[in-house]
Amino acid sequence: MLINYLKIAIKVLLRHKLFTFISLFGISLTLLILIMVTSLLDHTFGSQPPELKLDRTLSITMGLLTSKDGGQSNGPVMSPYFLKKYVKSLKTPEVVSMSSFHNRVITYKNRTKFRLDIKYTDSEFFEILDFNFLEGNPYSLNDVSSRRNVIVINQNTREQYFDGEEAIGNTMEVEGEKFRVIGVVENCSILRIMPYADVWLPLTFSKTPLDEVTLIGGFPGWFAMMLATDESDIPAIKKEFQNQLALVEYPDDKWVEIKTAASTYAEAFSRNLRLSEEGNAKPLLIILFILMILFMLLPTINLVNINLSRIMERSSEIGVRKAFGASSLTLVGQFVVENVIITLIGGAIALILAIGILEIINSSSLIPYVNFSLNYRIFFNSLVICLFFGLFSGVYPAFKMSRLQPVDALRGESS
Amino acid sequence: MIRLSTIEKVYRTAKIETIALKDVNLHIKRGEFLSIMGPSGCGKSTMLNIMGLLDQPSQGVVEIDSEHVAKFSDRKLARLRNAMIGFVFQSYHLINDLSVVDNVEIPLLYRSMSGSSRRKLALEALDKVGLNARTRHFPSQLSGGQRQRVAIARAIVGSPQIILADEPTGNLDSVMGAEIMDILNKLNQEEQTTIVMVTHDEILASQTQRIIRLFDGSQVN
Ligand SMILES: Nc1ncnc2c1ncn2[C@@H]1O[C@H](COP(=O)(O)OP(=O)(O)O)[C@@H](O)[C@H]1O
Ligand SMILES: [Mg+2]
Repeated sequence: MLINYLKIAIKVLLRHKLFTFISLFGISLTLLILIMVTSLLDHTFGSQPPELKLDRTLSITMGLLTSKDGGQSNGPVMSPYFLKKYVKSLKTPEVVSMSSFHNRVITYKNRTKFRLDIKYTDSEFFEILDFNFLEGNPYSLNDVSSRRNVIVINQNTREQYFDGEEAIGNTMEVEGEKFRVIGVVENCSILRIMPYADVWLPLTFSKTPLDEVTLIGGFPGWFAMMLATDESDIPAIKKEFQNQLALVEYPDDKWVEIKTAASTYAEAFSRNLRLSEEGNAKPLLIILFILMILFMLLPTINLVNINLSRIMERSSEIGVRKAFGASSLTLVGQFVVENVIITLIGGAIALILAIGILEIINSSSLIPYVNFSLNYRIFFNSLVICLFFGLFSGVYPAFKMSRLQPVDALRGESS
Repeated sequence: MIRLSTIEKVYRTAKIETIALKDVNLHIKRGEFLSIMGPSGCGKSTMLNIMGLLDQPSQGVVEIDSEHVAKFSDRKLARLRNAMIGFVFQSYHLINDLSVVDNVEIPLLYRSMSGSSRRKLALEALDKVGLNARTRHFPSQLSGGQRQRVAIARAIVGSPQIILADEPTGNLDSVMGAEIMDILNKLNQEEQTTIVMVTHDEILASQTQRIIRLFDGSQVN
């Protein structure tokens, strides 16, 4: 029976070329945008290398001090001294790491100029993040504490700076000091601000004095990441951090309160968008969800309309089929299969277009090391979206039509 | 095989109420060839549609092989229409998107059989109505007489026990009308198919075994 449905559907779609084209155009366009949005969200928020453990990672990326008279420090980040003293000492997280945000430096090799984004990190940085090492290893706790001149570089730097030569074991000059390359990792997108850099080096080489007693600031800005053993430990970590904040000793009398928080990625993001003062992720998720629903609803209503009028136009066909033995269920089946086929074809077109467009964005180097990929999850989501459209826009009109008495359908009435 | 008892059919629209049939009683026996006559608008099509399970009466009982159809489910009705009844409409009602042979295959789509045996039966039915040369055409490429023959092929392809034909010659000239009549006569005589035909034509009606006359929704004798 299904094969018959398929045959009928293909015949009908081929005969109604204009309608098929219009539907396909609408469906492909809608699904294309949906797939692109999903892919962008996944690229920015999804767990993917090197951030595979986002669901159990907390970060401290901002900080402000408030004075007695309500004035605020021009933060906006916590100092390395604060992170070292009050964050690295936390007991509840499995691992705690502190590192700087990236900083653009210029270096020369044989009079060729290179621009590099560097980042100072501890060794725990590489425990929390899952960098894919193409060669070599990250630096160790001992490497960091004894200030060994070792660095990790990304794939792009290996190609540019070492020009295809062996990188591991060779030296590279960064900010006037020579470093030995001990690891090469895959490029990481700049949209992933916590891991992103071209070159990573031990934080003990930082030009900023790490022990200067101040609670905020410190070039180029520092942050901490905390890995929970399990997602369920996150509240406990937050709690311990809050308790820690109460114990903070203020270096001078001016400041009375610290404003900072250990947040998940989504919480930090919604705070940056100023959606929520506390960095609560719920408003962001709700807004995204509502947008998604609206986004899906409008084209669905449109499709239901197109399908309704198309099916009504074919009322005489429905009458004939009923008169010769099609049951209501069979007819609903036929129209639903027709719709699912057309949406799947539309989805396939959208997917191909999306792959093409994402490929263009990736290769245009518009955003450094951005790599939008259509993984199986996005593919699966798209498929579900397509099926939802196909079913929803076909079932209602078909059901309505199939309930008519055969004579009424033959007469072309839609009452 | 089909029995109509005290059938009444009322069409209600917002303002007017049309009584299309009142107190109609009829028993159609197996193998019969009967015709229904009467002026336009007297309820002939309504009666045929009720007989063919395409419409429901407002009052009265329709029985098929002594079973009340009123309590049949949608699926059971569909199966009965499929297995037992072949309809021929005055305005053909072919599906324009499908080729001649695909149109003829429609009743067989709702039976479990292979595509090749479906095709074979459809071609045989088209052969019986003398249309074996135009199976790949589309309805819009055929004349009225040819279209009606496709419609007859579709009605007979599933070997139904009864054929209900609503003015099958109404849109055709007398020569083509006679040809259609020959096909129906042959079906009745050679395959013992029961036939009920609505017609305006006294000459065609006189070739049938029994004539039912309707006037203003009621039977007259
Ligand atoms: N769907 C309908 N709604 C309202 N009135 C109808 C409908 N179908 C038929 N009628 C009316 O019922 C009467 C009988 O119609 P019909 O059975 O088609 O007559 P015939 O086939 O003998 O010409 C006519 O008066 C017609 O106008
Ligand atoms: Mg009529």
